[in-house]
Amino acid sequence: MAEPLLSVRDLRVTFPTRRGVLTAVDGVSFDIMPGEILGVVGESGAGKSQTGAAIIGLLEPPGRIASGTIHLEGERIDRLSPDKLRRIRGRRIGAVFQDPLTSLNPLYTIGRQLTETMRTHLDLSEAQARDRAVALLGEVGIPAPADRLDAYPHQFSGGMRQRVVIALALCANPRLIIADEPTTALDVSIQAQITALLKRLCREHDTAVLLITHDMGVIAETADRVAVLYGGRLAEVGPVDAVVNRPLHPYTEGLMACIPTTHDRPPRLAQIEGSMPSLRAMPAGCAFHPRCPHAFNRCVAERPPLFDHPPSAAACWLWAPEGARAAPRERTAS
Amino acid sequence: MGAPRGIRSPCSRGEPMVAFIVRRLLQSVLVMLTVALVGFALFTYVGDPVNNMVGQDTSLADRERLREELGLNDPFPVQFARFVVNAAQADFGISYRHGRPVEDLLIERAPATLELSFAAGLFALVVGVPMGIYTALNRHGWLSKAFLTVSLIGISLPTFLIGILLILVFSVWLGWLPSFGRGETVQIGWWSTGLLTRDGLVALILPAITLGLFQMTLIMRLVRAEMLEVLRTDYIKFARARGLSARAINFGHALKNTLVPVITITGLQLGSVIAFAIITETVFQWPGMGLLFIQAIEFVDIPVMAAYLVLVAFLFVLINLIVDILYFVVDPRLRVQGGGAGL
Repeated sequence: MAEPLLSVRDLRVTFPTRRGVLTAVDGVSFDIMPGEILGVVGESGAGKSQTGAAIIGLLEPPGRIASGTIHLEGERIDRLSPDKLRRIRGRRIGAVFQDPLTSLNPLYTIGRQLTETMRTHLDLSEAQARDRAVALLGEVGIPAPADRLDAYPHQFSGGMRQRVVIALALCANPRLIIADEPTTALDVSIQAQITALLKRLCREHDTAVLLITHDMGVIAETADRVAVLYGGRLAEVGPVDAVVNRPLHPYTEGLMACIPTTHDRPPRLAQIEGSMPSLRAMPAGCAFHPRCPHAFNRCVAERPPLFDHPPSAAACWLWAPEGARAAPRERTAS
Repeated sequence: MGAPRGIRSPCSRGEPMVAFIVRRLLQSVLVMLTVALVGFALFTYVGDPVNNMVGQDTSLADRERLREELGLNDPFPVQFARFVVNAAQADFGISYRHGRPVEDLLIERAPATLELSFAAGLFALVVGVPMGIYTALNRHGWLSKAFLTVSLIGISLPTFLIGILLILVFSVWLGWLPSFGRGETVQIGWWSTGLLTRDGLVALILPAITLGLFQMTLIMRLVRAEMLEVLRTDYIKFARARGLSARAINFGHALKNTLVPVITITGLQLGSVIAFAIITETVFQWPGMGLLFIQAIEFVDIPVMAAYLVLVAFLFVLINLIVDILYFVVDPRLRVQGGGAGL
């Protein structure tokens, strides 16, 4: 298999605070292949966004990478100087944030913001950058791009602004885009358009995407593989089809049961009992055990490592090769 | 995005610039009329103008004739209307003390005050803005903490004390700078300037610092607070994620977004700088309008006092109007010119 584009190993992100050190991301590992879309799902506070921020070196102080490694195309990037990291951001890793209404500087035209980004990373003249900006705006589906270049962000709707943000992320043709909740702030009708656009552009530019969202629907439509985070830890990772249809981890299973379907309407939407533990009070052993219907002694005592169960892998003692339990529970595909 | 921030432009979004300016002009006229009323009331209620003009041995009949001649027996609204009409033509009557038209006195003194005020304002901006940026970007540096501590002194000490302290240090002890007056001036038309001679420039240093120090600390703290706020916004985060250089982010993106409130405060402060030049001019015996006003008070020279009042109000109103127009220049969201919006 080819070398992964991005390789994250045992990433730990901590926030030293007055009341002790909070671990927002705890031993997360995953790979992204060139051109692949990896979805990262989880509830609020599961560490999704912190993982993304750690990769591009934009953790909010006092947050920091406590341990672990991040490699981009074989080069280690988690220990780079701020200036070297800056040259990677935008050039090799682009970013799309949640709220397009606040992501753009209100005082500059979108053309200026585009050309500024291009000229920071690429050796282009102003005229070349403008041509490229027009082409890019056309590509992301802005009508009459040449006329809109000198428009200000407030002259665009939310969906159009997110298209501009995507154009900004693609400015210097990065190999990877970190999209943090790119559709959450948008109307439902616009969400599908933006998701489709992101997917199409990444295919055309051969750009990989780390798609951070809490919306399983977006993941199911867009991602090639999925990583499920819970309490800052990786619960399960695998191809989207396997994770959605044959989840291994009880948490993933619960998550899938929560997706409303249009056929067979259950009287009530299923939900996972309880709530995710706070970072200050992470339970011993498996973080999910207080809510897990299948928890047993070992789950309380010992934190499960990631067990391979091709095509997926899950951090759950139910999937320990042997010894943990006499026999893994027989699972039924939903 | 309209995030709630300290000081925002007062113009409602979507109003065309021309309509906005017309509305502000009408408001300005109203303000000026109110101030004129106060200025005019001085004549009627602070002493008797006829008493102020004539000697003790003037007969009652003469006084009555003078009163009739000056129109002081007319009804109040008529007198006020006359005052406003004259004031609008820059005619404020004759100074009791100098026996010359007030407007001539003011024109003679205006350059000194305006040069002092603009020098003070320039000092406040040129020093205050970079200090504000520096303290925002290096929040925990010792130099930032030193700046903030010193700025506290600048805000708390009264102007006259700062002036006297500066005189003590730089004029009395060190003997570097003159302690009073404008130095040598050059006449350009009716404008006498101290900016063209070395002597005049040197004389300007201490008064300008004295007058500008408070504004400088104010601007520094304002720029710092605004900068810190803007640096937390999403578009700054996104600019970082785009890999822009720290310089482009701090000075291109962040600084420009702090400008709206900074322009407001600086503009409004320029008005008060001119008004409060009175104290600095007194301390440094600066031959400006403020000194003229203080002397007018001592001699109950009411035409000068009234004229000064109206003039300062006029400058305030004018500066406010300019500040409001500047918003349109800085913030594109206010420049609504049909079309384009909402795709």
